[in-house]
Amino acid sequence: MGDKFKGLKVAILGSGNVGTDLLIKALRSPFLDCTLFIGRNLSSRGMTKAVSLGVKVSDLSIDAIIKDSDCCDLVFDATSALSHKQHAPILEELDKYVIDLTPANMGNMCIPAVNLQDCLSHKNTDMITCGGQASIPLAHVIGQVHDDVDYIEVVSTIASRSAGPATRANLDEYIETTEKGLKMFSGCKRAKAILNLNPAQPCIDMQTTVFAKVEKPEIERLKLAIDDMVRKIQVYVPGYQLIVPPTVENNRIVVMVKVRGLGDYLPSYAGNLDIINCAAVAMAEEYAKSLIREEESGDYVKNFNK
Amino acid sequence: MSKILINDATLRDGSHAVAHRLTAVQIAAYAAAAEVAGVPTVEVGHGNGLGASSLQLGESLVPDVEMLKIARSHLVNSRLGILVIPGFATINKDLSMAIEIGVDVVRVASHCTEADITERHISYARERGKEVYGVLMMSHMASKEVLIGECRKMEFYGAEGVILMDSAGVYLPKEVSEKISALVNNLTIPVGFHAHNNLGMGIANSVAAADAGASILDGSARGFGAGAGNAQLEVLVAVLEKMGYSTGIDLYKILDAGDVAEKELVEVIPSIKSTSIVSGLAGVFSGFAKPVDRIAKEYNVDSRDVFFELGRRKVVAGQEDLIIEVAMDLAHSQESK
Repeated sequence: MGDKFKGLKVAILGSGNVGTDLLIKALRSPFLDCTLFIGRNLSSRGMTKAVSLGVKVSDLSIDAIIKDSDCCDLVFDATSALSHKQHAPILEELDKYVIDLTPANMGNMCIPAVNLQDCLSHKNTDMITCGGQASIPLAHVIGQVHDDVDYIEVVSTIASRSAGPATRANLDEYIETTEKGLKMFSGCKRAKAILNLNPAQPCIDMQTTVFAKVEKPEIERLKLAIDDMVRKIQVYVPGYQLIVPPTVENNRIVVMVKVRGLGDYLPSYAGNLDIINCAAVAMAEEYAKSLIREEESGDYVKNFNK
Repeated sequence: MSKILINDATLRDGSHAVAHRLTAVQIAAYAAAAEVAGVPTVEVGHGNGLGASSLQLGESLVPDVEMLKIARSHLVNSRLGILVIPGFATINKDLSMAIEIGVDVVRVASHCTEADITERHISYARERGKEVYGVLMMSHMASKEVLIGECRKMEFYGAEGVILMDSAGVYLPKEVSEKISALVNNLTIPVGFHAHNNLGMGIANSVAAADAGASILDGSARGFGAGAGNAQLEVLVAVLEKMGYSTGIDLYKILDAGDVAEKELVEVIPSIKSTSIVSGLAGVFSGFAKPVDRIAKEYNVDSRDVFFELGRRKVVAGQEDLIIEVAMDLAHSQESK
């Protein structure tokens, strides 16, 4: 490669907790070049943080991308479900790759440990929800080990401090999108998602429990398969830990995980930000790598550094 | 004579007492008795409200939609009420269904510091012409200043009244007086109180709330509710009458309804068991009682230790999954001793 590769040009839309934490992670990635951080208010905490990191910012929301559509090739949408529904057709028109971190559920659902490669053929990738990223890989394994999963239920509890206004306004979408993802990835007949906010000080770590009802639990096989999946997730989410291995209690399978964050924007209790953002970065890096592969003999790197 | 609006939680909070296994016949029998007694609002559903039937909290025997239809068909002058907790219940799945069936009163609840998650559900129900209240659960976990702020949010979203729940049954009358008067003095909408009886204060705390200006009180027949139960409705009505408040409820008929509940619904009349006292002292949600008892037995640990550890972790309603983790931890530390 003649020119130094700076990475896939990405913009982050949404300057709340999720967007700001994502910015710090994107800046660390050798495959991504964050060219624009977009919000609505230049004096917000997230914007101030971005400026302090030397990142170009805009307060024009989606208009920032419409006005300067060459600014990026990929857009992370960390706004709200309602906003993403407006953004998605605009970004499609502009032919951008989109990674959606809201629970709008417009794109192709992605769990990096399960279907990263399959997502490359779609331009709008849906990162589902934080609780979905923590639980769906486990539900997927339960579905692989058992072929008669009647019901999966997932309970996530996150620290109140880590839930910003959009998260709080989108609880219904969180539930609906998580349930849809659980069904799709596990093959279960019925699914239920529950989210609790806990205001305890010091803040509690994100914790997620998966319950399952199956005809005949295969606990020993499940334990091995879950351990395997946990290792796969830890590759991109280092703070993901199994705290209650698969066990049968009261005729239900129970598995419990805790997610500690990297402490990038909010402290490490905010594992919910970390897990969805780590998954989103893994997906964006995969897009970047595939583009490099595609253009290995061509002018890809030069084009991206224009 | 000042009026107190009574909210009868027998067919909602009472679900906890039978692990959410109320039958269609029981719901019909009690709803009919409450109607005859002139109970203003009869609340119906899973113990944690609509959409809460789950492995986490216990599965309802009768689905929410059926419970509401049965109760609806027996209520004419009494109004049908529901509880919804965002994070469990959604507008599309639960609230719109209840409105279609014809509920009259919608209570939207959150943990006492999280009122902003109730905005969409409160405004949705208000826009459809329902009488809507905001509920703050586990209210012992926040100061009166915080509670005033959270109640103001609910008022702003459209709540026509706010109710403090003593979900863990931990309050003593003095604290109830302080918190209720703070709300009454700082809000323009009616204030209510929902008692639990873990420390034997169900009626005393309700009386303290009324004296401090609360105009909505919850009770349930024979105290039928989570843990040690609620303020016993028949006693509450009698006491309020003796104090000179008007409830609009017929005393003889509500005593009859209590008898119906005892005969038809109540497997074991709620009493203050050892674990309920500990649950109250530890400030843990009363609905944890049954799962804690079961899981403590399975892992051979002392249920009282489980409650105190859950209290130390400041668990909120809905975090029942932590019981297993705590019991396993306690079992491990016992083994290593």
